[in-house]
Amino acid sequence: MSQLNNDGRSSVSFILNGNPVTGYAEPRMLLTDFLREEMGLTEIHVGCEHGVCGACTIRMDGLPARACLTFAIQAEGHRIDTVQSLAQPSGVLSDLQLAFRKHHALQCGYCTPGILMSSSAFLEINHDPSEEEVRDMLSGHLCRCTGYVGMVRAILEVARNRISA
Amino acid sequence: MKPHSFEYLRPASIEETVACLARHSEDARIIAGGLSLVAMMNFRLVETKFLVDVANIKALNYIRVDADHIEVGAATTQAQLLAWPELASLSPLLAKGMPFIGHFQTRARGTVGGSIAHSDPSSELPLCLITLGGSVMLRSKAGSREVTAEDFQVGLMQTSRRPDEMVVAVRFPIRKKGAGYSFLEMAMRKGDLAICAVAAEVRDGSIRLGVGGVADKPAVREWKDLGDAALDEALNEFAWDLGGSDDVHATATFRRQLIRRLGRRAILEARECRN
Ligand code: FES
Ligand code: FES
Repeated sequence: MSQLNNDGRSSVSFILNGNPVTGYAEPRMLLTDFLREEMGLTEIHVGCEHGVCGACTIRMDGLPARACLTFAIQAEGHRIDTVQSLAQPSGVLSDLQLAFRKHHALQCGYCTPGILMSSSAFLEINHDPSEEEVRDMLSGHLCRCTGYVGMVRAILEVARNRISA
Repeated sequence: MKPHSFEYLRPASIEETVACLARHSEDARIIAGGLSLVAMMNFRLVETKFLVDVANIKALNYIRVDADHIEVGAATTQAQLLAWPELASLSPLLAKGMPFIGHFQTRARGTVGGSIAHSDPSSELPLCLITLGGSVMLRSKAGSREVTAEDFQVGLMQTSRRPDEMVVAVRFPIRKKGAGYSFLEMAMRKGDLAICAVAAEVRDGSIRLGVGGVADKPAVREWKDLGDAALDEALNEFAWDLGGSDDVHATATFRRQLIRRLGRRAILEARECRN
């Protein structure tokens, strides 16, 4: 059984956006803080820190997870993906990101990385969602400036294009 | 806000987990998905000396069917159970009620056992479990026991689990022959905590209705099949017995009205779905 003391920092290793990384965290360090402060990933946005707003959503082993409700040490040995995993290494945006741009699905962009991570996971599970299903998925996020119409359009378009591709 | 500091333990098996609980009892808290627990820790509503992580214990992750129950390992996620192909045919109530649990994102990590152990009075799974007459499997170093849902949850986030015990599985009775089921919920937005949730099981000659979100724990009442007027009467009585209280989301009056209206609609819908 592994046991980590409260006063010391212990090493945490996992696969971050495809690359193995190691950092140090106290048990109480949230994954949001670890990714931002230890790993320098400023795309991890923190809105509420209690699981409600969805801004911090990442993918853990492919599934959406609230980074603010996960301790960094719980990521040990898992695969963690942030929004940086979507675009190609050359910087070419993914179809989902391009559709968000085309449909004006963001303004300030605070909520966007989280919503992209949920949506990318969602579209892998549900290839042909209805508008209602997309809205139901988006209900796990709060966007305070754009509204959801553009996002719904973007996600539905990506689903349609992937089917016909 | 940030949680208090704690020591983190990651036992590799159920045996190691119960040994750890035997040693630390009240000082330890189990974490699986952490969806409710970490939110409370961030608010410092919960402090613990030892956090025992069971999320990766394989023996707690399964869905098994026996003669009349679906047994779900405690660390099985809500999304896994909801995606289980047999769910709609073996438990129509769970299939109807589970989409109301949080959101797509939270169900992916939130566990079945966690929701039962957390025992929020407005949670969907404890409500389904008690309405179906299910039970909770507990394990400690001393042995195992099965506790009915009725006896498990004793109050607001309080259960009869002893500090040295862990929830290892939850047993939901399979749909009964000739029964119809319905689940309805009112919340500020879908996925928010229920202001009132109702679960109905209607069989030949009997009605069972569970209500969550009103009292300090889900409550169930059973009636013989009732005609229209008698049904309204019975629901009204149930609503007054549960009382409810005013809070930021709703008044007690509104909650009682929801029991009458949602309760009636659920019972009629369940009656329709009988087969
Ligand atoms: S910051 Fe994690 S859900 Fe709001
Ligand atoms: S784009 Fe500003 S909060 Fe969503």
